[in-house]
Amino acid sequence: MPDEVLDCRGQRCPLPVIAAARRMPQVPIGTVVRVLADDPAAAVDIPAWCRMRGQEFLTAITGPEGPAYDIRRTH
Amino acid sequence: MSASPVYLDAATAAPAHPVARQALLAALDDGWADPGKLYTQARRARQLLDAAREATAQTLGVRADEVSFTSSGTTAAHGAVLGALAGRRRTGSTLVHSAIEHSAVLHAAERHVAAGGTAIPVPVDRLGRLDLDAWSAAVRAPGVALAALISASHEVGTVQPVAEAAAACADAGVPLYVDAAQSVGRVPLPAGWSVLTASAHKWGGPPGVGVLAVRKGTRWESPWPADEREGGRTPGSVNLPAVVAAAASLRAAAADAAAEEARLAPLVDRIRSRVAAEVPDVEVVGDPVLRLPHLVTFSCLYVDGETLLHALDRRGFAVSSGSSCTSSTLRPSHVLEAMGVLSHGNVRVSLHRETTEAHVERFLAELPGIVAGLRAEAGVVGL
Ligand SMILES: Cc1ncc(COP(=O)(O)O)c(C=O)c1O
Repeated sequence: MPDEVLDCRGQRCPLPVIAAARRMPQVPIGTVVRVLADDPAAAVDIPAWCRMRGQEFLTAITGPEGPAYDIRRTH
Repeated sequence: MSASPVYLDAATAAPAHPVARQALLAALDDGWADPGKLYTQARRARQLLDAAREATAQTLGVRADEVSFTSSGTTAAHGAVLGALAGRRRTGSTLVHSAIEHSAVLHAAERHVAAGGTAIPVPVDRLGRLDLDAWSAAVRAPGVALAALISASHEVGTVQPVAEAAAACADAGVPLYVDAAQSVGRVPLPAGWSVLTASAHKWGGPPGVGVLAVRKGTRWESPWPADEREGGRTPGSVNLPAVVAAAASLRAAAADAAAEEARLAPLVDRIRSRVAAEVPDVEVVGDPVLRLPHLVTFSCLYVDGETLLHALDRRGFAVSSGSSCTSSTLRPSHVLEAMGVLSHGNVRVSLHRETTEAHVERFLAELPGIVAGLRAEAGVVGL
């Protein structure tokens, strides 16, 4: 389960990625943040951001709140 | 105030080759008659059409009766896919295709699926290169009627392993269709295909001319209502002046291709390395080595693709983008998606015979400032 949820529904890319990039440095290392984002580009861009930034992309799921992406802060 | 224009979108449409212009004007005077009729003017038109077909066949390394002209690369791709599937429908109804085909091929595949057929996409790796093991397994499965592989990606430039893919198809007895729109007139063509298509405005010919080549012995059945023109493969009158211009410019482009490759490939390499070094947080995508000589693609983190295109346009640079905000569907490019690379802030730069080193240098000099300016405006510096 995520430690916190970042609701980016209704935002167009790159805004969900920007929101994640703003939030991640503020949470303790090890924290799992779930990004809710219904822009289809998020499915590509959130994992790509994690790879470029060396953060851990855990999973993409589609729950009752729509598409969601779990990221763990690793450094 | 807009700066002097630098056109860097040859992968969409290359500026007309001077030979195309000359041939087009001459053929407007001389080739307006219907080549199918039995009078003097028609015979002249027929001669021009035959000569255009002969020249195109020579450049492609095929026989003249294997070449048909179509009204675009898109129509050629539709005919290639649907005609080859129709010709083999007694063998099966599965189309195997790479995940990075042009939308023309994917839309034909959708039509096939809507009619009850099956389409199997084969993945690519992070560099945009076909997964050959998955491809070989897919074409060996029972009921495969056709396999489709783009010669080189129109979005990221990665050259595909067509020879190896063709060998797997030959083993399985499956015909291979190659969409060679980005390769014809620029790089040597791969061997082993049964059907191939191309598009004249990619090599400096006029828009609205495609080429469909079907090798002898390939079972191909027209998906269109009957029409005997163009070997029964494309209905309607061809745009003869444009076809003549396409064939003449193809010959000219092919003659210069090796020299142009030697001139443009280092400029592409320069763009790849300088963009990576001088623009922070950028992902340069596509295979660094096995790539087209004229096309390079990168994505800028936190930047909106459409905003970036407009900012570049204001400085005189014409480029393309695979970002979702620049597409009518609001979906990111299926090619970038299949590769798993950053899709926003995406820019495709493609060079042509009028591109100079000075153009590339101006682009490289201005790009870092343009991206930095957009990031500052969006408040994303330092993220
Ligand atoms: C690989 C590829 N196939 C097909 C096409 C379609 O060609 P046209 O623009 O002539 O319809 C293009 C051009 O967009 C292309 O790049």
